[in-house]
Amino acid sequence: MNIEEARSAVIRGEISPVELAGAVFERIGAVEEKIGSYVSVRKEHALSQAKQAEDSIRSGDTPALPGIPIAVKDNICTKGIKTTCSSRILENFIPPYESTVTQRLGEQGYVLAGKTNLDEFAMGSSTENSFFGRTKNPWDLQRVPGGSSGGSAAAVAADECIAAIGSDTGGSIRQPAAFCGVVGLKPTYGRVSRYGLVAFASSLDQIGPVTKTVRDSAILMNVISGHDPLDSTSAAVDTPDFTSALGRDINGMKIGIPKEYFIEGLDGEVAGAVKEAIKQLETLGAVAVEISLPHTEYAVAAYYILATSEASSNLARYDGVKYGLRVEGDDLIDMYMKTRDEGFGPEVKRRIILGTYALSSGYYDAYYRKAQQVRTLISRDFRKAFETVDLVVTPTTPTPAFRAGEKTADPLQMYLSDIFTISVNLAGVPAISIPCGFTSANLPVGLQIIGRHFDEESVFRAAYAYEQATGWHRMRPRLQE
Amino acid sequence: MMDIDHVAALARLKLTDREKEIFSRQVVDIIRYIDKLNELDTSGIEPTAHVLPMKNIFREDEIRASLPRDSALRNAPERDGGFYRVPRIIE
Repeated sequence: MNIEEARSAVIRGEISPVELAGAVFERIGAVEEKIGSYVSVRKEHALSQAKQAEDSIRSGDTPALPGIPIAVKDNICTKGIKTTCSSRILENFIPPYESTVTQRLGEQGYVLAGKTNLDEFAMGSSTENSFFGRTKNPWDLQRVPGGSSGGSAAAVAADECIAAIGSDTGGSIRQPAAFCGVVGLKPTYGRVSRYGLVAFASSLDQIGPVTKTVRDSAILMNVISGHDPLDSTSAAVDTPDFTSALGRDINGMKIGIPKEYFIEGLDGEVAGAVKEAIKQLETLGAVAVEISLPHTEYAVAAYYILATSEASSNLARYDGVKYGLRVEGDDLIDMYMKTRDEGFGPEVKRRIILGTYALSSGYYDAYYRKAQQVRTLISRDFRKAFETVDLVVTPTTPTPAFRAGEKTADPLQMYLSDIFTISVNLAGVPAISIPCGFTSANLPVGLQIIGRHFDEESVFRAAYAYEQATGWHRMRPRLQE
Repeated sequence: MMDIDHVAALARLKLTDREKEIFSRQVVDIIRYIDKLNELDTSGIEPTAHVLPMKNIFREDEIRASLPRDSALRNAPERDGGFYRVPRIIE
C-alpha cells in the first residue's frame, strides 16, 4: 500500500490508523530478520501516535498523512527516540529535540514506523558500514541495498513501511532507490530544512523522500518543504503544490542526454534500460537532445575532498564530553583519542583522515580550494545545459546492486559507484531516481531525472508521465526463502 | 607524502599500527585518484563554498526559549550537577 491508497482508506474509514500500524508491524515481524532495514522499531510509541491520529480524524481532521507509518533514517533526530547514525559513538544518544522534518510529518499525522539503518554517519554506498550490521537488498539478499539510505530504501521495497525519509549527500537517496526499485528524490539544496539532521557535509546534505510512487514523493515534499528559521541554509522560497505538476503532459519538454554518462564501465543492461526509457519519454512527447557536461569525470575527485573536509570538521564534536560514548584515558587528549578510535568505524576514520589531511597546513590550496573551483566548473556545466534543456536524464548508477563484500576492501571502487549522482549534489540541483526496468538477473535499474534549481515540479511531471506509461513501480520483490 | 601520525594527531584519532598501515595505503590511493583534478586549469575560477546565493543570516538579538539545561546535559557521559565533567585539564 502506498501513501495515496492508505490515506484514502483511512479517511473513508475502511482501515483505522491503529490497524494500519498493526499491519506494518506484522510485516516487519515477518521479514525484518531477513532484510535488516531498521536500527530500532518502537511499536508502543507508534501505536500511541496511531491512536492520536485516529482521534483527530474522528474529530473531523483530514491531515496529509493520517496515521501513515513512515520510516525515518537514523541520522534524523526524533525527540526522546534513539538516533544513532548507525555509529557506536551515538549508540545511546536520545535527542532532546525534534528535527523540523519529523516535526512537520507529525503535524500531518504520521506514525513513526521506525528508525532505518544507514552507513555510519551516512558515509557509504552499500549500508555495510553500520555498527548494527548490514541491510540486505530485498530483490537479492546476497546484494547490497545501496547506501547510505539503504535501510529506508529496503524498508519501502519490502513493504516494511508505507514510505520513508532519507538523506542524500552524494547519492545516498537516489542510489539505494535505484538498487531497491523504488522512487527517491534529492530536493534542491535549501528546499528542505536540515534542522535535526546530523551533519555530514553541510554544503551538500539534503533530506528527501523514498517512496513507492512519484505521487507519494510529491505528497511528502508538500509536507517537508519550506523555509525554516532554525536552518540558516534553508531557502526562503515558496512551496508549490507539487502534486499539481502530476498528470500534465510532457509534450515538447526538452530533455538533455549527457554523453559523459554513457561511458565505459556502464553496465550493458543498465544502458539498455535507460535508452529504452529515453525512447519512452520521446514517445510521450519529450524532445531528447545530446548534451555535454564536460567536467563530469572530475566530480568524484572534487566530492571526496569537499565532503571529507566538511566531515572532518563536523565530526570534531564527538569528543566524549557532551553526548555519546566516552572511553577513559590518561588525560583529556588521550580520552578524546581513545573515544574517537573506539567510537568510529573504519570508513568514518578513513574519511576524517582524508579530510583532515586536505585541510592541513600547506595542502589547503592544493586540495580544498582546487576542489571548490572544480565545483564551480561542474555547476556551470549544469547552468549551461539548462539554458537549452528543461531536464537532464541519465542512469542513476553505472551498475545494478552489487554483491555484499564486493567493494568493501577497495574504498575507491566504492566511491566510484556514486559517479552519476555526485555532480547533482555539487551543483545543488534536484534529481529523482525512478524504476525503469530490470536486468536479466531481476535486479532493478534506476533512471535519474535532474532539474533546474527549485524546479522539482518539472522533475515530478516527467517522472510521473514515465511511471504511469510503464508501471515498473508496481513490481515488488518476492522475498527469497 | 602523508604523515599518518601527524594527521591522526590533528584528527584526535588514536590509531593502532595496523590501522595506520591500512589507512595510509588507502588514503594515498584515493589522493592519487584525486590528483586528476590537476588536469584542469582553474586559474581565475572562483571557488564555490555552497550553491545558494546567500550570505550571513541574522536574527534579532532577543531572548527566546532554549533547551532546558537538564535536557542538554542528559546525554552527557559524565556530569556534575549543572556541568559536564571532564578529566583534569589544569594541573
